[in-house]
Amino acid sequence: MAGSTPRLGIDMRNPIEIKKVEQMAENLAKMDPVKGRSLWQDARKRFFKNRAATASLVVLGLIVLFSAFGGLFAKWPNDEIDWSMLGQIAEMGQPSIQNGHYFGVDELGRDLFARTIQANQISLIVGFVGAAVAVFVGTLYGAISGYAGGRVDSVMMRIVDILSAVPYFFIVILLLVVFGRSIIMIFVGIGLVNWLSCARIVRGQTLSLKQREFVQAAQAMGVPPFKIVVRHIIPNLIGVVIVYGSLLVPEMILAESVISFLGVGVQEPQTSLGVLISEGTATMQYGTFWQLGFPLAFFTLILFCFFYIGDGLRDALDPKDR
Amino acid sequence: MFNLILRRTLVAIPTLLILIVVTFLLMHSAPGGPFTSEKPLPPEVLARVEAKYGLDQPLPLQMWNYVVGIVTEFDFGPSFRYKDRTVNEIFAQGLPITLTYGTLSFVLSVVVGVFLGVWAAIRQNTWIDYLTVAFSMLAQVLPNFVMGPILILIFTLWLGWLPGGGWNGGQWQYIVLPVIALSTSFMASIARLMRSSMLEVLQSNFIRTARAKGMPESTVILRHALKPAMLPVITYLGPVFVYMITGSFIIDAIFSTGGLGYYFINAAFNRDYAVMMGVTLLLGGLTIFFNLVVDLIYGWVDPQIRY
Repeated sequence: MAGSTPRLGIDMRNPIEIKKVEQMAENLAKMDPVKGRSLWQDARKRFFKNRAATASLVVLGLIVLFSAFGGLFAKWPNDEIDWSMLGQIAEMGQPSIQNGHYFGVDELGRDLFARTIQANQISLIVGFVGAAVAVFVGTLYGAISGYAGGRVDSVMMRIVDILSAVPYFFIVILLLVVFGRSIIMIFVGIGLVNWLSCARIVRGQTLSLKQREFVQAAQAMGVPPFKIVVRHIIPNLIGVVIVYGSLLVPEMILAESVISFLGVGVQEPQTSLGVLISEGTATMQYGTFWQLGFPLAFFTLILFCFFYIGDGLRDALDPKDR
Repeated sequence: MFNLILRRTLVAIPTLLILIVVTFLLMHSAPGGPFTSEKPLPPEVLARVEAKYGLDQPLPLQMWNYVVGIVTEFDFGPSFRYKDRTVNEIFAQGLPITLTYGTLSFVLSVVVGVFLGVWAAIRQNTWIDYLTVAFSMLAQVLPNFVMGPILILIFTLWLGWLPGGGWNGGQWQYIVLPVIALSTSFMASIARLMRSSMLEVLQSNFIRTARAKGMPESTVILRHALKPAMLPVITYLGPVFVYMITGSFIIDAIFSTGGLGYYFINAAFNRDYAVMMGVTLLLGGLTIFFNLVVDLIYGWVDPQIRY
């Protein structure tokens, strides 16, 4: 509309305006009947309104793509030593396009570009799988406990109370020392720690959900209890669980990095961001800052993205602010 | 109050028992005992050594002896690796160091964190507020194992002001960097928590009433708003304590401070089970005790809580 036209009155002498109105009528005729917005559409809209969360999602997507396919561009494998540089890493090992070490080389002369990609993969996998394990176990446990109620509930929750007082950090390290350092053990170890709080949250939600009509209807129709939990209770918990899970992923990545930093995490030739950061900090006094910089940049970026995405999801799925 | 202490203690006992049983079983299911080495010991010698450490007895009896030793004499047994040292001696060396910089970091992060949070809340949407929020975001993604080396780089290698490691009997120069590295991220999270809860409290009716009465703003904040706003922070203190212990292991690794973490990680590489178990139990017990204290403080600050 032209600047001089009042917002509500349409100037019918103007052919462009007439065209617009015709078009509008046409559009109205073709328009689909009004559709209700589902919870998910609503949440998606709210999520994408949050700029920080959307930007984080994009950046994280790029990092995931880079970690998945960046290896195709690497000129060097992640476990091969570039013998030509040995002993002169600080002078010759810096990032360079010509010799194919885009991120430089590490202390032993291995290509840091390939190593960083590998570390990203492992850290992201640990984050996602660890969170998935914790959320899966916690949700099932919490929903069963809450739905069963009564004595079963109080026993199950006492168990959670007792277990959450155990300092798991030690148990995880013990597990790694005793059963050998492997990624599976890290999953089990960090997954073990985090299902407890998930179980608590889910149980609280279940307690209120099981009073609702659709659960009563299912009960009246004789649906077996476990099926009610899986088919009726858990789908209604998805919002809470997704938010919790998304906040758990960075925790997992951090936990894995701490363990790897201490040297009891993943083993060579595998690597993770914690290992690379640890190696980078050990050598930074020789001026090889790229060995710390690249892994650290990815690490911080990934954490930042997950924190913002988690926040965005919480805002989008929280029925309180609607 | 008494009821609460009783109930918490009742939960603490099975927790400690689980801790003992799990660590014990884990240790004994491990392939390769503490005396396996590249040159295998003659069987007679091995039998003698195992008899000396009580490893030839049935497992439940070993566990029983271990627990009885701890409960009656606070004796965590001998180290399996260093023949002339007991686990207690290792505690005596490592624990004071861990506690010194741990306590300092804890106090520092709580005091500064609360102060920053309150300041940011009462100056909402000014540069102080933005700076605090930015600081807390940044500190969240720079965990202490990144913070430590960066501090060393700046203050030791570039500026040369402070030593980059060691303990040296706890001279202050040696404590500064570990304390900063350990406390920054908790300081940031406490500041963030304090800021948001303070903002919420400042919206409430009793604050409006207090202001309407013409009370000076400082009294409103310190006498009326601070206590209820502290509640989420107090709940957070339990986890902070646990993370501090975890963090102290990293600090020991970075700054070679020689705290318990150093012995624990060393023991993990040497398969020195006695030391690992001892450290796990001692710090586990401390954690459980600390959580009880936090609960008590919570009950004292918030009179609405009924146990």
